[in-house]
Amino acid sequence: MSNIPSDLKYTKSHEWVRTLADGNVEVGITDHAQGALGDLVFVEVPESGKSLKVGDAFAVVESVKAASDVYAPIAGAVVEGNAALTGTPELINSEPYGGGWIARLKPNGAPQGLLSAAEYQAHLAAEG
Amino acid sequence: MPFIPHTPDDVEQMLAAIGAKKIDDLFDEIPKELRIESLSGIPDALNEMQIGRLMSARAAQDGTPLNFIGAGAYEHHIPSAVWAVTTRGEFYSAYTPYQAEASQGTLQLIYEYQTMISSLTGMEVSNASLYDGGSAVAEASLMAIRAHRKSRSQRILVPTTVNPNYRKVGVATASGQGVRFEEIPCPKGALALADLKKYEGEDVTAIVIQQPNFFGVLEDVDAITDWAHANNILVVASVNPTSLGILKPPGEWGTKGADIACGDCQPLGVPLSSGGPYAGFLTTKMEFVRQMPGRIVGRTVDANGKQGFALTLQAREQHIRRGKATSNICTNQGLLVTAATIYLSLLGPEGLARVANECHRNLGELVTALSRIKGVKPAFDRARFHEAVLLLDRPVAPVLAELARRGIVGGYDLGADYPELGNALLVCATETRTAADIQAYADALAETLKAAVRAA
Repeated sequence: MSNIPSDLKYTKSHEWVRTLADGNVEVGITDHAQGALGDLVFVEVPESGKSLKVGDAFAVVESVKAASDVYAPIAGAVVEGNAALTGTPELINSEPYGGGWIARLKPNGAPQGLLSAAEYQAHLAAEG
Repeated sequence: MPFIPHTPDDVEQMLAAIGAKKIDDLFDEIPKELRIESLSGIPDALNEMQIGRLMSARAAQDGTPLNFIGAGAYEHHIPSAVWAVTTRGEFYSAYTPYQAEASQGTLQLIYEYQTMISSLTGMEVSNASLYDGGSAVAEASLMAIRAHRKSRSQRILVPTTVNPNYRKVGVATASGQGVRFEEIPCPKGALALADLKKYEGEDVTAIVIQQPNFFGVLEDVDAITDWAHANNILVVASVNPTSLGILKPPGEWGTKGADIACGDCQPLGVPLSSGGPYAGFLTTKMEFVRQMPGRIVGRTVDANGKQGFALTLQAREQHIRRGKATSNICTNQGLLVTAATIYLSLLGPEGLARVANECHRNLGELVTALSRIKGVKPAFDRARFHEAVLLLDRPVAPVLAELARRGIVGGYDLGADYPELGNALLVCATETRTAADIQAYADALAETLKAAVRAA
């Protein structure tokens, strides 16, 4: 059973979103996603300043068996990518909701269409 | 590797399983008007005896001329062992087997190839090869666009001192993907830093530098590389592997080295054979390895801790990354890579340096001998490797035709690619040319030019 913290928002493509005190948001991939990918060996984090629309591929996570895009859950500009992932991509496996965050974004307006923890839980159950 | 053909029964069963009536139905996406029933330009099949006769006759047309032409493909001595080993049954295949469980020998050979090419270029990582030097420049340009994190322009600067065929292949391969190649004229025979000034402050993705350049001239690679990096432009080096026996490897150009280095393996044990097949090489820095096209073989250990070889970094490739793969080059020029690897292993760094030095020395003697002839002068007074541009006092083509009648391939007529140079002829001398060969060329050229003056 994967961990789905109740204080975060989610997407159907398995990203999580945390609103920070300064109004920016932090984005990563869920515990379920990291488990499905397996041991991560490389993460391509976005350059700061890059502007994103909802659904833009803004990062790449590569495991021993697959490489996947990470999609922007909200529109906004990249404030910073998590530089720690360059040397230690496995942070996403060990702390998907903590040290494994991928990027911080400055949102354009209020986030829309995100799932609550319960809705994401239901989405996972439906995906089987 | 067993090859198992499909029987008509197999085909029927497979079609039934997917609900298609005939194989043609699988191609119904292609509009009818684009499909042809037969290849009208292709003559009827010949039997083995007839085709053998035809091929022998065609091969004999080439003759055995004394060769002074380079222009991207070079005549070198190939030690007999190179092709004796390459054509052994264990290696001799049109396709490169990559299955780790069945192909340890091939995989180890490619690993050794990558190691030698990385060492030769001074770069950190090599792929398992590409098609040729031209496609390597095209792939390197596409790779530079993926690798550059900030540039959005997809602009690649290409001095006209880069092999014209490589430039054409680059445009044909990459312009459909929005890549813009901008040519920089080089009337002095090498790229001048002053001509780069106007690009400062602009969004340019990469610059291609060929060393030695198409005219055989050595570019000021250190200064150009540092200029490019100071302007946030990636450096793609296109290099002749023989020359790296004595020239500074691209990994050491300027302060930070070239970002991508590529070229053609042909000079490393591959015969000229009318222009191909050859193999291309491509190397880079580790920081860009995930943007690299082609396959990469790695050394690892098996479950028992024994050394083994396997494809690595496959997440870049199309069977995993699909439409976002770094390229659709999945195989390589395996047989030619085998030849290049054996060639390099036989020569070693010292042997390659001796070949390179001999080429350079012979070119010097050739230029001296030909420049003594009235109506001939060298075009660019610059450091060269094993090629040089000569200017004649009359059109080049008839002179080359007369030399050919005398059994001498006198060089490459630059008229079509560089009309601005006038009557320019690109000549080459490798280690295979002797003092007598050079004298024979000088005598034939002197007589040809004298006879033409008399005729006029």
